[in-house]
Amino acid sequence: MKILYHFGRYLNLLLKVFKQPEKRAVYRRQFMVELDNLGLASAGIVAIISVFMGAVLTIQMAFNIDSPLVPLYTIGFATRQSIVLEFAPTIISLILCGKVGSRIASEIGTMRVTEQIDALEVMGINSASYLILPKIMAAMFIFPFLIMMSMVLGVAGGWFAGTTTGLISSYGYVYGIQSFFHMYDIWYALTKTVVFAFIITSVSAYHGYYTKGGALEVGNASTSGVVYSSIAIIFANLILTQLLLA
Amino acid sequence: MIEGKNITKRFGERTVLENVSVRFDKGKTNLIIGQSGMGKTVLLKCLVGLFDFEEGEVRYDDRLFSSMSFNEKKSIRREIGMLFQGGALFDSMTAEQNVMFPLTMFTSQSPEEKRDRANFCLSRVNLENANSLFPSELSGGMKKRVAIARAIALNPKYLFCDEPNSGLDPQTANLIDALIKEITLEYNMTTVVVTHDMNSVLEIGERIYFIYKGKLWWEGNRDNILQTVNPELKAFVFNSELTRRLKPV
Repeated sequence: MKILYHFGRYLNLLLKVFKQPEKRAVYRRQFMVELDNLGLASAGIVAIISVFMGAVLTIQMAFNIDSPLVPLYTIGFATRQSIVLEFAPTIISLILCGKVGSRIASEIGTMRVTEQIDALEVMGINSASYLILPKIMAAMFIFPFLIMMSMVLGVAGGWFAGTTTGLISSYGYVYGIQSFFHMYDIWYALTKTVVFAFIITSVSAYHGYYTKGGALEVGNASTSGVVYSSIAIIFANLILTQLLLA
Repeated sequence: MIEGKNITKRFGERTVLENVSVRFDKGKTNLIIGQSGMGKTVLLKCLVGLFDFEEGEVRYDDRLFSSMSFNEKKSIRREIGMLFQGGALFDSMTAEQNVMFPLTMFTSQSPEEKRDRANFCLSRVNLENANSLFPSELSGGMKKRVAIARAIALNPKYLFCDEPNSGLDPQTANLIDALIKEITLEYNMTTVVVTHDMNSVLEIGERIYFIYKGKLWWEGNRDNILQTVNPELKAFVFNSELTRRLKPV
C-alpha cells in the first residue's frame, strides 16, 4: 500500500512540475544553470570511468577469447557492443544517479527544511515546477552527450589498453569496432539514457521535495533518492531492452 | 484586513487548532503569541495558505482566500510578504538577488530598475553593504533584514512574520521589531507577527491573540496584557524575572 501511496504522490508531483511555467525567461536561465550543475560538472568522472572500464573490458575480452577459431578483431567488436549497448547508457547512468541524484535530493530537501520552498509557495510560485522542471529538462538534454562521450572514451580506452599490452593490433581493434555496426544500437542507447535521465531527476527530486525534519532527514532523502532511482533504472532497463531489442 | 473564522486544523488524529477566529486590522502590528507547540505557526501557515485546514475560512479584505484554487490565490499571494523564522533566503543567490527575485518573477522591470528597487529595500532595512554577500556569509540579524527587504520588495499589503527575532540578541531583536513596526506604518500594511518574545509583545503588540493548546485563549493589546487575570496567560507573561517586575501588585 505504501508503494501505491508514493507512486500516486510521485505522479501528483509530476503533474505540478509540468504545469505552465510562470516566467519562461527565468526557467531558461535555470535550465542553463542546471546544464552546468548536472551535466558539465559530471563530465570528469564519466570520462575517467569510461576510459578505465573500456580498458578493462578489452583486456578481459582478450583473455576470454582463447580459441584460434575466433578472430582477434572480435575483441574490438565485443568491447564496442558492451560499451554501446550496456556499459555507457546503464552503468554510467547508475553512476550519474549517485552523483546527480544525491545532489538533487539533498538540494531540494535542504530547501524544504529551511522553508525556502514555503517562501516560493507564499510568493505564489509553483515551487515544484520552478525547482524540478529545469533539472529534468537539463538532464534529459545533456545526459545523451555524456553517454556519447562515454562511448567514445570507452572504446578509445580499450584501444589504448589492447595495443599497449600487445593483446591486439591497432588495425585489428579498429577493424573490430567498425564491424557489424548498426546505427540503431546508438539510438537504443540514447533512448535508454533519456528515460534514465528522467528517472534520476524526477525520483530524486520527489524524495527531496517531500523531506520533513532536519539534517538527518535530508541525508535519508538523499540516500532514498539514489536507491529508488537505481532500482527504477534497472527495471526500466529491462523493459526498454525488451521493447527496443526483442 | 485579514480574517480567519473558526479555523480547525488536524494532523491525523491530533487537533492542532480548534475553532480559532482572528481578525487583523490594516495599519496595525498584530501579534499571535503563545508557548512553543501551541499552534501559533500552524495558524500562520493556515492564514497564508501553506496548510490546508479541515474547517473554517480565511478572508483577505473580504476575498475568500481559503476556497480559491492555486491559480486564483496567486493574485493575493503577490500582495503577501512573509518573513520566515530562519529567513528562508535562497542559498544560491546573493542578498541583492534574493531581494530582486520576486521582482524578476512578477514584474517586467529592467535589470536596472530591479537593482534600484532592491537597493532601496536593502537600505530601508539599514543594510547597504551586503548586496553581494550570500546567505551563508550573513549574520542572523542580517539574514532577517534581507528577508524583510525581500518581503517588502513588491510593496505588499500584508506582512507575515514567523518569530522574527528568535535566535537574535536583545538589541538586534529590538531593531527588527522597530523595523517591522515602522514598515507597517509606512506602507499601511496588515502585519501579523508570531512570537513568544514578551519584549516584542510590549514593544509592538497593538492587537494580541494568545493561543493555548490550539485554542484562542485571550485577545487584547499590550496595555491590558499585564493586567490579565487569565491564569495561562499570566503564567506565559510573567515567567521571567524581568516581566515579574512589571507585574501589577
